[in-house]
Amino acid sequence: MTRETGPLLEMRGITKHFGAITALDQVDLQLYSGEVLGVVGDNGAGKSTLMKVLSGLYSASSGEVILDGRPVQLNSPRDAQGMGIEMVYQDLALAGNLPVHENIYLGREPGRQHFGIKIVDRKLSRRLAQEHLDRLHIEVKSVDQKVEELSGGQAQAVAIARATAFDARLVIMDEPTAALAIKEVGKVLDLIKRLSDHGTGVILISHRMDDVFFVCDRVMALFHGRNFEESEISGTSRNEVIGWIMGTKGHTEGLAHDRL
Amino acid sequence: MTVSDDAGQNELETPAARRMRLIERYGVFAVVILMMVILSALEPDIFPTTQNLTNILRQIAMNALLALGLYIVIMTAGIDLSVGSIMALATMLLAMVDTSGMPWPLVLLVGPLVGIACGAVNGLGLTVLRLPHPFIMTLGTLYSIRGITNLVSGGRPVSGVSQEVRFLGSGEIPLPFLGEYASFPVSAIVILVCYGGVAYFINKVSLGRHIVAVGGNPQAARVSGINVDRILLIVYCLSGFFAGMAALMMAGRTGAGFPNAGIGAELDAIAAVIIGGASFFGGRGSVLGVFAGVLVMGLLRNGLNLMDVSAFWQQTMIGMIVVGAVYVDVLRRRAGATS
Ligand SMILES: Nc1ncnc2c1ncn2[C@@H]1O[C@H](COP(=O)(O)OP(=O)(O)OP(=O)(O)O)[C@@H](O)[C@H]1O
Ligand SMILES: [Mg+2]
Repeated sequence: MTRETGPLLEMRGITKHFGAITALDQVDLQLYSGEVLGVVGDNGAGKSTLMKVLSGLYSASSGEVILDGRPVQLNSPRDAQGMGIEMVYQDLALAGNLPVHENIYLGREPGRQHFGIKIVDRKLSRRLAQEHLDRLHIEVKSVDQKVEELSGGQAQAVAIARATAFDARLVIMDEPTAALAIKEVGKVLDLIKRLSDHGTGVILISHRMDDVFFVCDRVMALFHGRNFEESEISGTSRNEVIGWIMGTKGHTEGLAHDRL
Repeated sequence: MTVSDDAGQNELETPAARRMRLIERYGVFAVVILMMVILSALEPDIFPTTQNLTNILRQIAMNALLALGLYIVIMTAGIDLSVGSIMALATMLLAMVDTSGMPWPLVLLVGPLVGIACGAVNGLGLTVLRLPHPFIMTLGTLYSIRGITNLVSGGRPVSGVSQEVRFLGSGEIPLPFLGEYASFPVSAIVILVCYGGVAYFINKVSLGRHIVAVGGNPQAARVSGINVDRILLIVYCLSGFFAGMAALMMAGRTGAGFPNAGIGAELDAIAAVIIGGASFFGGRGSVLGVFAGVLVMGLLRNGLNLMDVSAFWQQTMIGMIVVGAVYVDVLRRRAGATS
């Protein structure tokens, strides 16, 4: 974490309306390089919406995003990718009819440009995908396997591989462990630690307090689309964070739910 | 790291799934070969002759090009009902500018350009107006473009298309070594080039892969930084372009623009794509399969004509084959879901 240099990312006063629904209301967020920020909140609190604003998928109704101290326009996922912002979506968003390696490089295929037309280099795509998966300690039978034939955990791994294939400065993971068996959860959390060791900022959305307290440096809670509370991990407890999720402050003991 | 090998993958596959995969991939070619064998046996003096086989190639030219455009559209889980009308308008306009004295190289451009323009209208209607489904936009243009064809021509045919313009659709390359009158249609070469071009585009070019991705999961394409609206616009322009190429075939064969040309042609094209194994739900299907689908329809028409079976039977059988082909797709999905 490099606090001296100011935050890698700041979101200020982000508001998002869907018709009459206000999904986000004046939400602020800061993230430092190499920091792992946990974002928690009840179902429908606005976590995914906030992150989709950051990944360029949604445009905010108002508010600004500041990267390295400069305001940026994120009008499309391509814009965000161009600035080194990558996201693993809650619904994974993979093309089941395409093989693993094509999903990892979709939209950014390795290849040669001729007269404005890019010819995909499949061999290179396969090789790069395999090397990248090896680096992440992700096992699939073959990078040629179609994603629709993968298990939930493997598909999750492919989505993570896509988000980390281009040396992102900021990786957003929306409930990456929700569908995973315990062993796979450990792998994802280890990967998050390694990303942050390399100076990548990570935002982790999770309902699992074990995950949040294992990898996050800081945690912030949204409640009904607003900032509710945040703290360094060392300065809070599971019960307190669970309280925030349910919209109560100052509870450190005695909640009915020990864990979510 | 698990070693990747085909044997390992096949172990995972149930025998039923494997059988369905083979049927899906090669079934339509088996049908083509079976039909050719049966027709050769039933009409040994006529069917397997150079004359008849090249005739089939001449007859399928128009459907082959329309089906190629629809294949690209159906890959994105879309549909283009307007290709028959686009072809009619393009034929009519190129016949009109040709008979009014425009130089033939420019006339040749008119067909594809009119097609692209009509396709752009479809694509923009879908993406800018946000119409819920391409069925609606292209149903609208099916009517409107047919209406415009009638308006510009006053509902009358325009004949007298020049030989140069007709060359692509009706030119012949003599094959003296196969007999005195044997020749190979230029239209078949056009088809070969178009099919080869689309196969390369879909399989090797990044834009082609993006089309396949949009068909598999538009959301995945979007979050990967692909501009899905732009892809759809291109796809409908390509469908229009191939309708314009079909117009060149039409003008070549008939030498005229007919306001009623190609009514119902979109349905033949859709049928060929579906018979060829492309999934109506998008993301699945091969160019080679589409060609086989076109051949199945061409062989059926040709064979039944040779045997003097009425056109009513042809319709009946094409309908059954379409349903059969989609049933194979259903079985495949079911096998995939349970394996
Ligand atoms: N595309 C959309 N159109 C309309 N409303 C939406 C859309 N996306 C989200 N919302 C609404 O915005 C609110 C916040 O949703 P969001 O998906 O951000 O919640 P979340 O915190 O990610 O919840 P979960 O834990 O269930 O994933 C909800 O009320 C949801 O119904
Ligand atoms: Mg969510």
